[in-house]
Amino acid sequence: MNSNAPSSSSGGPGSADSSAPRRNSKRPKYSKFTQQELPACKPILTPGWVISAFLLVSIVFIPIGVASLFASRDVVEIIDRYETDCIPLASRNDKVRYIQSPGDKTCNRTLTVPKNMKQPIYVYYQLDNFYQNHRRYVKSRSDEQLKKLNSESDVSACKPEDYVNGSAIVPCGLIAWSLFNDTYGFSRNNQQLTVNKKGISWKSDRDHKFGKNVYPKNFQSGILIGGAQLNSSIPLSEQEDLIVWMRTAALPTFRKLYGKIEVDLQANDVIQLTLGNNYNTYSFNGKKKLVLSTTSWLGGKNDFLGIAYLTVGGLCFFLAIAFTIVYLVKPRRLGDPSYLSWNRNPGGH
Amino acid sequence: MMKRYVYINDDELSQDLYCDNRISNRKYTILNFLPKNLWEQFSRFMNQYFLLIACLQLWPLITPVNPASTWGPLIFIFAVSATKEAWDDYNRYLSDKKANEKEVWVVRQGIKKHIQAQDIRVGSLVWLRENDEVPCDLVLIGTSEPQGICYVETAALDGETDLKTRVIPSACMGIDFELLHKIKGVIECPNPDKDIRRFDANLRLFPPFIDNDVCPLTIRNTILQSCYLRNTEWACGIAVYTGNETKLGMSRGIPEPKLTAVDAMIDKLTGAIFVFQIVVVIVLGIAGNVWKDTEARKQWYVLYPNEGPWYELLIIPLRFELLCSIMIPISIKVSLDLVKSLYAKFIDWDTEMIDIETGTTSNAANTAISEDLGQVEYILTDKTGTLTENKMIFKRCCVGGVFYGNESGDALKDVELLNAVTSGSADTIRFLTVMAICNTVIPMQSKSGAISYKAQSQDEEALVRAAARLHMVFVNKNVNILEINFNASIVQYEVLDTLEFTSDRKRMSVVVKDCKSGNIVLLSKGADEAILPYACAGQQTRTFADAVEQYAQLGLRTFCLAWRDLEEDEYREWSLMFKEANSTLVDREWRVAEVCQRLEHDFEILGVAAIEDRLQDGVPETIETLRKAGINFWMLTGDKQKTAIQIALSCNFVSPEPKGQLLLINGKTEDEVCRSLERVLLTMRITNSEPKDVAFVVDGWALEIALKHYRKAFTELAILSRTAICCRVTPSQKAQLVELLKSCDYKTLAIGDGGNDVRMIQQADIGVGINGREGLQAARAADYSIGKFRFLKRLILVHGRYSYNRTAFLSQYSFYKSLLICFIQILFSFISGVSGTSLFNSVSLMAYNVVFTSVPVLVSVLDKDLSERTVMQHPQILFYCQAGRLLNPSTFAGWFGRSLFHAIVVFVITLHAYAHEKSEMEEVSMVAFSGCIWLQAFVVALETNSFTILQYLAIWGNLAAFYIINWIVSGLPSSGMYMIMFRLCRQPSYWMTMFLIVAAGMGPVLALKYFRYTYRPSKINLLQQAERLGGPILSLGNIEPQERSLEKDVSPLSIAQSKNRSPVFEPLLSDSPNSTKTTFGTPFDFFQSQSRLSSSYSRNCKDN
Repeated sequence: MNSNAPSSSSGGPGSADSSAPRRNSKRPKYSKFTQQELPACKPILTPGWVISAFLLVSIVFIPIGVASLFASRDVVEIIDRYETDCIPLASRNDKVRYIQSPGDKTCNRTLTVPKNMKQPIYVYYQLDNFYQNHRRYVKSRSDEQLKKLNSESDVSACKPEDYVNGSAIVPCGLIAWSLFNDTYGFSRNNQQLTVNKKGISWKSDRDHKFGKNVYPKNFQSGILIGGAQLNSSIPLSEQEDLIVWMRTAALPTFRKLYGKIEVDLQANDVIQLTLGNNYNTYSFNGKKKLVLSTTSWLGGKNDFLGIAYLTVGGLCFFLAIAFTIVYLVKPRRLGDPSYLSWNRNPGGH
Repeated sequence: MMKRYVYINDDELSQDLYCDNRISNRKYTILNFLPKNLWEQFSRFMNQYFLLIACLQLWPLITPVNPASTWGPLIFIFAVSATKEAWDDYNRYLSDKKANEKEVWVVRQGIKKHIQAQDIRVGSLVWLRENDEVPCDLVLIGTSEPQGICYVETAALDGETDLKTRVIPSACMGIDFELLHKIKGVIECPNPDKDIRRFDANLRLFPPFIDNDVCPLTIRNTILQSCYLRNTEWACGIAVYTGNETKLGMSRGIPEPKLTAVDAMIDKLTGAIFVFQIVVVIVLGIAGNVWKDTEARKQWYVLYPNEGPWYELLIIPLRFELLCSIMIPISIKVSLDLVKSLYAKFIDWDTEMIDIETGTTSNAANTAISEDLGQVEYILTDKTGTLTENKMIFKRCCVGGVFYGNESGDALKDVELLNAVTSGSADTIRFLTVMAICNTVIPMQSKSGAISYKAQSQDEEALVRAAARLHMVFVNKNVNILEINFNASIVQYEVLDTLEFTSDRKRMSVVVKDCKSGNIVLLSKGADEAILPYACAGQQTRTFADAVEQYAQLGLRTFCLAWRDLEEDEYREWSLMFKEANSTLVDREWRVAEVCQRLEHDFEILGVAAIEDRLQDGVPETIETLRKAGINFWMLTGDKQKTAIQIALSCNFVSPEPKGQLLLINGKTEDEVCRSLERVLLTMRITNSEPKDVAFVVDGWALEIALKHYRKAFTELAILSRTAICCRVTPSQKAQLVELLKSCDYKTLAIGDGGNDVRMIQQADIGVGINGREGLQAARAADYSIGKFRFLKRLILVHGRYSYNRTAFLSQYSFYKSLLICFIQILFSFISGVSGTSLFNSVSLMAYNVVFTSVPVLVSVLDKDLSERTVMQHPQILFYCQAGRLLNPSTFAGWFGRSLFHAIVVFVITLHAYAHEKSEMEEVSMVAFSGCIWLQAFVVALETNSFTILQYLAIWGNLAAFYIINWIVSGLPSSGMYMIMFRLCRQPSYWMTMFLIVAAGMGPVLALKYFRYTYRPSKINLLQQAERLGGPILSLGNIEPQERSLEKDVSPLSIAQSKNRSPVFEPLLSDSPNSTKTTFGTPFDFFQSQSRLSSSYSRNCKDN
């Protein structure tokens, strides 16, 4: 397009012959695009469209809301908060010292099943006020090291849990170091309930993120002991508790899968819980809960989606009705020319 | 040193004094390209900011994300603009190389040699053949023509397509072809400058060449670089300026980039966001440090060391700075550049703006300022050639008191005039002689015998043609000998001197000698005030003044023709003075004018010739439409007052009485001008509240005084008045007026076609040039060039308006989407211990700005809120653009609020839907991220007014592409989000969350928009509704094209000398727009509007 471009920074004589005026120069090629005349659909917000859109949304949302609320209500959940109850009365004024002291910290509790629970029953532990998303924490890991045997020394991100006595820790970093180590055992009528701890982590993590030939090394052998120990003869890809823990939570309140109970529980069954209370949440007043839960098509017990769908659907319905009423009471012709007088002060409506 | 001495053909002396003839237009060399280009790019604040952010990200302790998320886009953006620069520079290099290596004939050591153009040195003797390009600035010393003339085409220099004659200096006249090789001498000339109309130098030849005297040189003795030699077998000249020091080289230069009001507003908003960001960073930084010291020390698993480094307090604020850096969208510059060049292309491509007659397309030379077109408030227009066609036709004349052509409207068909010619009336013949030869026209006789005229001035050509029609045919010009064929007999005149036209003298004269009788006569033609006062004593000029008056009333251009017999002695005496004046180096123009004055008096006035210049097609309609659109018109012309007023009336500048009123400002002294100005100002203030069309008329002289001494009063007048007519103004006054309006913060557009408009065009915010008959000079200097004045309507109302609307949406949307994601990050920091964790991963953040959100919005360059037809019918709608209603702090606040609202919606819904066992970082991150993508797709869809196939593709295709890209990334085992998207897409709760986010995010926005649209509609909405429902508005206000021409009986407007009214009527000064201009509008109220045409003249709205 430079044929008759009147460029103010005109070139030298070399470019001058190309910028010399050629009056009958190229005509632009006509196309719908260049002329900005592509066929276009120009919707406008007519009352009909808007009201029906809102109605449609409410018609779709309310049933979905009801359905998901039912799904959530079907889920049976047993929650047992135990962090205070599992401290002997004598130690309750200094819980931190109790939890940090060596010795057996077993605690026995009973749970009553409120309703029939179909297997699989998921066993979660829930931590409150635990910031797995803290920047210092969330970054303190080495994915390379977890995956490959020869990346053992790739610990630059793991500070301060990178080396102990000059050799690299596997798995390194704060996340692994603070691995949750409370243990749960269940029995019903003095009969052991097996907790299946296989397959609680993501398959993709086991296959691709944690190496089959990477074994724990120098783990928890420093001065500061964080959480759980790891069996150094089991490869990381089979350390499922670790794999679950390493999937950091986005919220300070989170549940992590501990295992699955693969038998049905009947209503009013009494379950004996033998609990190893080892994990320190006391220094930051974090709660610890044990959760047994069934599942629905929507996942665990969560009323939020159902309530939100009902609310949004209801509001849309309300808006649709309101707009209809306003439209009927105060009809207004769209594009009324009487509003288009240029001399009328439009600020005054 | 102000002079240079050029020694002709001296191979030793001037070798190294001056540069060689190597031309370089390049900005960079290979070595300095990278540093220089980077330096230029980093002089922008935005780029410095991004570089700082990118550097901070290299510090792993504080970076929340991979540094690549900033470096990637940053390098990409830099690479794009550097590549563009490099490509442009490479092309310049190629064209330079071609010019530099061109072979030319040069005399070296007395022998003609073939050398490359770049080896020419100052003082070299250069030989040119017909159709050769001139390689450097030369002083002509020989040509093939015996009279020592040659013809050159200067189109590349000044755009004028006619051939110009150049002559060799008198000293070199008659030197033999062979001797020219050995010529020696010295040329004394000024240092290089860029004035292509002036060359004040002297030549002295050394013996054995005739060594009489210093021979003066003018621009007529030169041939300048980039001209072409035409119709001349050969020519040779001395190189005086070479390389980049030629006149062309000196006038080269990169003009200052213009910044549009929209750009300025975006910069302002960016600044505001930057401040906001700093505040957020400080607040969060303090909160983070407090949280760290109170809470984080208890969180043993975080393992904070007790003692940190000295900079520990800074770490968290810096992390937040990095986290919030995305608030300022890195992509906005690239997106804006991209869409702006597309706007420019749309102008280039527009078939409705092609001048059918010449096939000239419109062209946007400046691709960066299209939005400003939509915000124009003042148009300053030239008259001749801009409003008119610049096709001069001789229409009427008055010879010796007899009016010709009054009945028929065409003097050439007037029988009485023809009779007077055939009967040989002395007055008439002399009148025709002046018409035929008092000019610089060159007749060209083609082989078939037809004569065509090459003229620099359209007026002269018209006069010569008319004379030819009246049997006084100017046949041939042989150097100084003019041949006229009158009634089949040849009359010869010898031209002794030409007293050239300048805009100060306003007349031109020739001194000729009748070859038969030997009588010497002075022939003059010029403006009435430059001729009539110099009539010889005793001659009554009353009739002529009346004639001028009458013709001017009809909008014709008038010339007074005069004659004076000279005595031989008087001429000789004067001739010496004239030669001397012509050879001065300092103030030559002024000296020459003074000497000319000595001869140009005691005229015998022969008559008045009137020339018509028709209005271009569609001029009145265009002006009417644009005035309706709220644009004020000022006409700046060099023409006389009457003519200007008449044209103004026929162009719809002012309505005729009683609706319109013209106020004259005149006077020759300061006092008179002052009083006149006060009076006009008073009237203007009073009538401002009435729906009356008031315009002021000022002439160049009064303007000079007003601008110098009463600038404040004149500025107020300029603000109050919608229309002004300035006549008899010089090019620099035109530029001054533009400057005045610009200083009042108005967006000005200057349109013109000739060299005298160039300064005004360059000065204005937007310069529009018309590819006219006066050459391309104006079009070259302009930002936009169009073929005809009427295209201005389309340029402003269609292209300018759409560009403004689109950029307004695009820029605010860019901020919206960046703020959206940034607010989510900020909200997330409250639940992550204010530690500066990024919810989103690096890949997502990078792709968000560069890919997922920039594609859909780019197609908004095709969005049209109203059809072109509707806009043309309701030009008032332009007000929304002029006042900046679509992009200002309050609309921006709306977008800001929307992004905050959407961020809360996305954040709250995501966190609650993905709570407890689902609360996995990567999943939550992708859910929130997809929520943003969904929302932004619907926001673009809601804000789009017209959906073409491309819009559908970009908006919904982008959403699909989001999933496809993320599936691909999720399929890579090495990526952080391995399998995440597959997992999510299998969960019903993911899709339910998306729909919930869209419904909850868009529902209120849609409801609010619908409510406003229906119950508080803006004018744009009303027209949209009318247009799409086929409402009755469409039939209203149709502008019927009207045929108008000068002949149409325009009721003459009685020019009211403003009456001195009692001062009680004087409205309060606080009403004046100047004082209210700075007030700030109500924030958040975009739909509040005021009428532009209401009495308060709410120009202050532009600040809202």
